[in-house]
Amino acid sequence: MEREEGEGELDGLHTLAIVLLLFAALKLLYLLGLMDTEDKNDDDLEMTMVIHRPEGLDQLEAQTNFNKKELQVLYRGFKNECPSGVVNEDTFKQIYSQFFPHGDASTYAHYLFNAFDSEHNGSIKFEDFVTALSILLRGSTREKLQWTFNLYDINRDGYINKEEMMDIVRAIYDMMGKYTYPALRTDTPRQHVDAFFQKMDKNKDGVVTLDEFILSCQEDENIMRSLQLFENVI
Amino acid sequence: MASGVAAWLPFARAAAIGWMPVANCPMPIAPRDHSKRKDELIILNVSGRRFQTWRTTLERYPDTLLGSSEKEFFYNEEAKEYFFDRDPDAFRSVLNFYRTGKLHYPRYECISAYDEELAFFGIIPEIIGDCCYEEYKDRKRENAERLMDDQEENKDAKLPNMTFRETMWRAFENPHTSTMALVFYYVTGFFIAISVITNVVETVPCGYKSQKDVPCGERYTVAFFCMDTACVMIFTVEYLLRLFAAPSRYRFMRSVMSIIDVVAILPYYIGLVMTDNEDVSGAFVTLRVFRVFRIFKFSRHSQGLRILGYTLKSCASELGFLLFSLTMAIIIFATVMFYAEKGSSSSKFTSIPASFWYTIVTMTTLGYGDMVPKTIAGKIFGSICSLSGVLVIALPVPVIVSNFSRIYHQNQRADKRRAQKKARLARIRIAKKGSTTAYLQTKRNGLLNELLDLTASEVEQQHLNKTSSLLESQHHHLLHCLEKTTGHEFVDEQLFEQNCLEGALQPYRSHSRTPSASSQDGPTGTCCSRRSKRGSTPVPNASQPHMLTHTLPQSPGLQELSAINIQCAEQQLHGSSRSNLNMQTNEVDRRNTRQQQQQVTTAIISVQTPSTGSSASDEDHDHGLGLPSVVTTASSNVIKVSAL
Repeated sequence: MEREEGEGELDGLHTLAIVLLLFAALKLLYLLGLMDTEDKNDDDLEMTMVIHRPEGLDQLEAQTNFNKKELQVLYRGFKNECPSGVVNEDTFKQIYSQFFPHGDASTYAHYLFNAFDSEHNGSIKFEDFVTALSILLRGSTREKLQWTFNLYDINRDGYINKEEMMDIVRAIYDMMGKYTYPALRTDTPRQHVDAFFQKMDKNKDGVVTLDEFILSCQEDENIMRSLQLFENVI
Repeated sequence: MASGVAAWLPFARAAAIGWMPVANCPMPIAPRDHSKRKDELIILNVSGRRFQTWRTTLERYPDTLLGSSEKEFFYNEEAKEYFFDRDPDAFRSVLNFYRTGKLHYPRYECISAYDEELAFFGIIPEIIGDCCYEEYKDRKRENAERLMDDQEENKDAKLPNMTFRETMWRAFENPHTSTMALVFYYVTGFFIAISVITNVVETVPCGYKSQKDVPCGERYTVAFFCMDTACVMIFTVEYLLRLFAAPSRYRFMRSVMSIIDVVAILPYYIGLVMTDNEDVSGAFVTLRVFRVFRIFKFSRHSQGLRILGYTLKSCASELGFLLFSLTMAIIIFATVMFYAEKGSSSSKFTSIPASFWYTIVTMTTLGYGDMVPKTIAGKIFGSICSLSGVLVIALPVPVIVSNFSRIYHQNQRADKRRAQKKARLARIRIAKKGSTTAYLQTKRNGLLNELLDLTASEVEQQHLNKTSSLLESQHHHLLHCLEKTTGHEFVDEQLFEQNCLEGALQPYRSHSRTPSASSQDGPTGTCCSRRSKRGSTPVPNASQPHMLTHTLPQSPGLQELSAINIQCAEQQLHGSSRSNLNMQTNEVDRRNTRQQQQQVTTAIISVQTPSTGSSASDEDHDHGLGLPSVVTTASSNVIKVSAL
């Protein structure tokens, strides 16, 4: 009998020890878990406010093909939308998407952003903006075509290959949205790209270089004509 | 379009040069900026306070008063300013809207005065920024409720021509309307009370019969039976009357109160039916329990009861969580106690479920004492159990109570906000659709414009151009260029779905009339086909197996006819003759239908008067803009909203 009771008490103590150990472990974990969560709140407050001011009006007038008044109008609009003086990619995508409510303009806006962002630092300053606009609106045909080539050449290696073109064309088609007439098929972009390469790739080596591009575009009068289309935009 | 958009439109148009080398078709002409107005300062005189701003700032939102030509009505010639006889303080936020693109609601402003100002200046309140929107909605709702309270007092006035049924229903719902209703109300209340008291008294022991306590129900069977019968008769009559008077019987029968009514009176009838069978009398006794449901009939008489029920229902999730955490604690402690007490002899803790009872009694600090731990470990854990029981139950209760009201109100507000957000997004989507349908509408107008470009004089042209602002026309030109680049066109959502449906329904129509360009033709087949029709022979392509291929006969007469019929076909796109368009069964898109359309309609449809009306338009097809499908639906509304 005594042994039984002794064993029983030993058993009870055994369980007691195990359970208390468990509780202690849990409590430690709990404490640790709790203590971790307090540090996360402070980092959110540090938002880097980068303010950028453009160079003087005279300098910009010298560098671009705009006159002072036009630069003033452009800057007012720019500053209104981006008070900090730089456009980051998200804002850019938002702005560009507002023009194309039917479809999804974010992919094309991304490529456009890269084309504008001459320093590739993820933000467009007013100078970048105005320089690109100057080329597009007031530049020579060769400059415009060069700019367009840079737009298409996503990885900046000097060649446009089919994949890059596919990305661009698909991005353009994305802007159309779903409700089009005639309805978009999945291979429409591919056919478009094939037609493009047919025209542009002179030596049929699978890539389009800058010279091939410029040459082919100059041969096509439609393209030449449409390049002059936006001359009176500002 | 938003403020920023107006400033960035030149940039977007310039960037469109990126599409040019990719495009297969020539681009449409850009809209000409006829009056190159230089940006000037405008003076707005609002009740004596002068505001100044650029003209282009105001023109960002062309569908408001200040952005449109409506402000010319307020132009003061002598002072060369615009005079508005309105509140200058409210005007501040209106003008700031133009400047920043965000509309704010000033807190000191009266809600109805603010609404009036917004309505005057043509701004919809939905575009109030997120920072101020909730406040605005709250104030508006308060105001509406206040006005509604004033109105509700007049609601009880009796309408002249109500049927007997409607009068009865109204009497049931609002007992204060007539004396009969009030009498009925009190009578039913009285009988409910009688019935409940009877049920209670029935079980009280009164007197002895053969050395055994006998409940009053068995001693005075007849009396109680009569009482019960009377109550049930009243309840039945009431239920039937309500059923008769209810405007929607089905809905009434599904409502909670009617279910309670039925459950309350059913046991009596069941009891009537099966008094003699001994076996089921046990079940019958159980059914009598349901008579207690009669007490719930009081909730018709008591507003508070209804609110309590509603509160419990809405806080069900919090109660559920409390229950869940309690269950967890119970299970844990019951297990521990069972294993702790396992060793001791003659232990009452025979199984874990048996220990549940001990745990519950201990945690709620009841402590009946029918189950007591004997081992030391059991006692230790028992004390931990009772201590934690105090914490688990006593602590969260006030927290939960205060959480109730906080979460309850917050939930209500969140639901409201979600509902508002859906409505807001819907409205913004409608506005967006407004801008897209505006574009599609303008395409049709563009047709007129292009044709009149050639034939009409400058005056008419300008007259047409004034209908849409320059910004609009430039934006539409941009979208047009995108269409040309890809060779596809924007269509209405409805039309697109109808097209798809058509495609599925009309597989093999008129195989004799066939496409000359089929799906393989791709982008070049659609927009440039018109061009190719005029000059060269189009490329005959292999089409789907069940369609023959023909080349388009190149007779000029047919050209012209088909040219005209292009226009007809476009018209009919939203007409009834869609059945003429060929489709394949398995493919839903209709890239090859452009040519087919033209073929088909030549033979079948009599040439309806095209809206443009001139076959001289053939010459204008140079740009290939020709005739984009005029796919606006009949209900084209060009009401653009300034939400964007």
